[in-house]
Amino acid sequence: MTFLTRKDMLWFVVLALVLLIVFPLGLETFRLNLFGKYLTYGFVVLGLVLCWGDAGILSLGQGVFFGLGGYCMAMFLKLEASTPAATKIQSTPGIPDFMDWNQLTALPAFWQPFHSLAFSLVAVVAVPTLLAFGIGLAMFTRRVGGTYFAIITQAFAAILTILIIGQQGYTGGVNGMTDLRTLLGWDIRTDHAKMILYFVNAVLLLGAALLSHVVRRSKLGRILVAMRDKEDRVRFSGYNVAHFKIFVFCFAAALAGVGGAMFTLQVGFMSPSFVGIVPSIELVIYCAVGGRTSLLGVIYGTVLVCAARAAFSEAMPQLWLFAMGSLFILVVVAFPTGLAGVYRTYLDPRLDRLLPWLGRGRAPTTATVERPMHAAAME
Amino acid sequence: MLAGYSLGELGSIMAMQGFAGLILFSVFVLMALGLAVIFGQMGVINMAHGEFMILGAYVTFLTSKLFTTYLPQAFGVYFFVAVVLAFIVAGALGMLVEWALIRRLYKRPLDTLLATWGLSLILQQVYRSIFGAREVGVDQPDWMMGAMNITNSIQIPINGLIVMVLTTFIAIGVYLLIFRMGWGKQVRAVMANRAMAGAVGIDTERVDRITFGLGCGIAGIAGSAFTMIGSTSPTAGQLYIVDTFLIVVFGGAASLAGTIASAFAISQARSTLEFFLSGSMAQVIVLLAVIAILMIRPQGLFVLKVRR
Repeated sequence: MTFLTRKDMLWFVVLALVLLIVFPLGLETFRLNLFGKYLTYGFVVLGLVLCWGDAGILSLGQGVFFGLGGYCMAMFLKLEASTPAATKIQSTPGIPDFMDWNQLTALPAFWQPFHSLAFSLVAVVAVPTLLAFGIGLAMFTRRVGGTYFAIITQAFAAILTILIIGQQGYTGGVNGMTDLRTLLGWDIRTDHAKMILYFVNAVLLLGAALLSHVVRRSKLGRILVAMRDKEDRVRFSGYNVAHFKIFVFCFAAALAGVGGAMFTLQVGFMSPSFVGIVPSIELVIYCAVGGRTSLLGVIYGTVLVCAARAAFSEAMPQLWLFAMGSLFILVVVAFPTGLAGVYRTYLDPRLDRLLPWLGRGRAPTTATVERPMHAAAME
Repeated sequence: MLAGYSLGELGSIMAMQGFAGLILFSVFVLMALGLAVIFGQMGVINMAHGEFMILGAYVTFLTSKLFTTYLPQAFGVYFFVAVVLAFIVAGALGMLVEWALIRRLYKRPLDTLLATWGLSLILQQVYRSIFGAREVGVDQPDWMMGAMNITNSIQIPINGLIVMVLTTFIAIGVYLLIFRMGWGKQVRAVMANRAMAGAVGIDTERVDRITFGLGCGIAGIAGSAFTMIGSTSPTAGQLYIVDTFLIVVFGGAASLAGTIASAFAISQARSTLEFFLSGSMAQVIVLLAVIAILMIRPQGLFVLKVRR
């Protein structure tokens, strides 16, 4: 079995060209930085493709993992920006400014390890993954799923937001962690640094897409789809369904954490407004618009919706919510397979006729993976 | 954290916070009842439920304005008219939404969630365009602003009392409708087995539409009651949606008694804790406790024994 068919390869190369050549050449640095921000959501939607599109587990709490990754990165950057020299006007020099404003006089213990970049980078992936593991272990082994799981993950998004806003002295509160300056002495605010960070982000995203593709094409990926369509049969075949669900939920959380860290680096701050219920649902919508079973589709979908939002809210902010709301309804009711579905129905057959050599070497699993996803609920 | 309070003071704190909790509890119950009908009976997740509640609140606001302009002498009773109007308007919109949107998605519960989220965005923007982004408050007639003195230390605000009486009536009404009347039997039959219910002659589409409308109408009444304790803004509904869903899930989705019990537990725990901790920590602790209990008992507090 081939992991990448010729057509997969073609589209993957096209995405790489778009991200690495078309965007950097076609956009000025300010816009490129914005697109880099959109692409960090790409990590989250890749995870959602596996978690929701394949395994049928809808998480409305992906913003939690995105935010945790982002906050781990921000804590490191904030500590580096708060040297005693830079903060000598504070009553306690050497601690982040928001702690000083909240009458803290010493760095809290859980902040200490974030002096180390290595620890912070591990935490970016490990903290979201561990939380996902805990939630997954508690929920999936007790067979909580479907809409119940969605509501409980949403409650986690609410809890983390309330916690961050409530504990200002430790987290920076509603403003988040702002005024991040350097990464190991390298100023991340210059245009040059933003350009480099964009490329790091794009390459990581392509890597994440490839990794997700490998997982989907593996036997494990097929079990995920089988679980979505007929969970009981998978269970009766001797598989422990809970373990697969926990794995895919952790995988999605780890990707989201990386996305959050890249977000912090490129945007220069992290705040609770990227953690809560609304951003978490928006991530799911990006995934739905792109087509929840297509790895490349969701990346295009995310960039498209985010760019449309930026254009709309600059031109006519009142209309944006109408447009966004109608888009959700339209996609869900009329195009449940999203952009990728439109491509598969209308463009793909033509492409096959136009370039017949592409069709050869097609992996046999394609057809099963791309069945309409609501087949699972048709009983 | 209990240091510094004598036993008697603690008792009166408990009583006072307990009563504040009772009013919150009443609004929670009204919101959760509507959701229990829609989510518990139909299995549909309606993320726009908060917006239906706010619709009720805005209807109440408009009714109070109409009464002050055209019928100032009858202003004392406007609230009761507003409750009825809120029910009718929210219910009618609910039936429209069911017809246009929800009925296409019964087989895809997770997609309903996304579509109704889109709907909630649109409704929020509609409210913002019509009523402005600022919060609006409702004027209450004088007799509702007063308080009843039980003893010289305990006072009960009249509007809180009215909200509680209203909640009691609605709760009893919903119980009778769903568990004691023929129509409720049809609702439960459709929920248990749609195809078989249709085969024995129940008009399942009509039952679905009216059930959804009823749930939204009750949310409208909740909005009316909400104007008694808080001011209304286009996004106020979103603040309550997570709490409400958790109440319904915690109580056991299809059980009305469970919904009421869990609304009681959550609102009381929150208002009591709020006195000792900051409001946000109280909310976090209560939410975490609810989730922890749900992990031990995923089916919720009360379970209806139904064969699926």
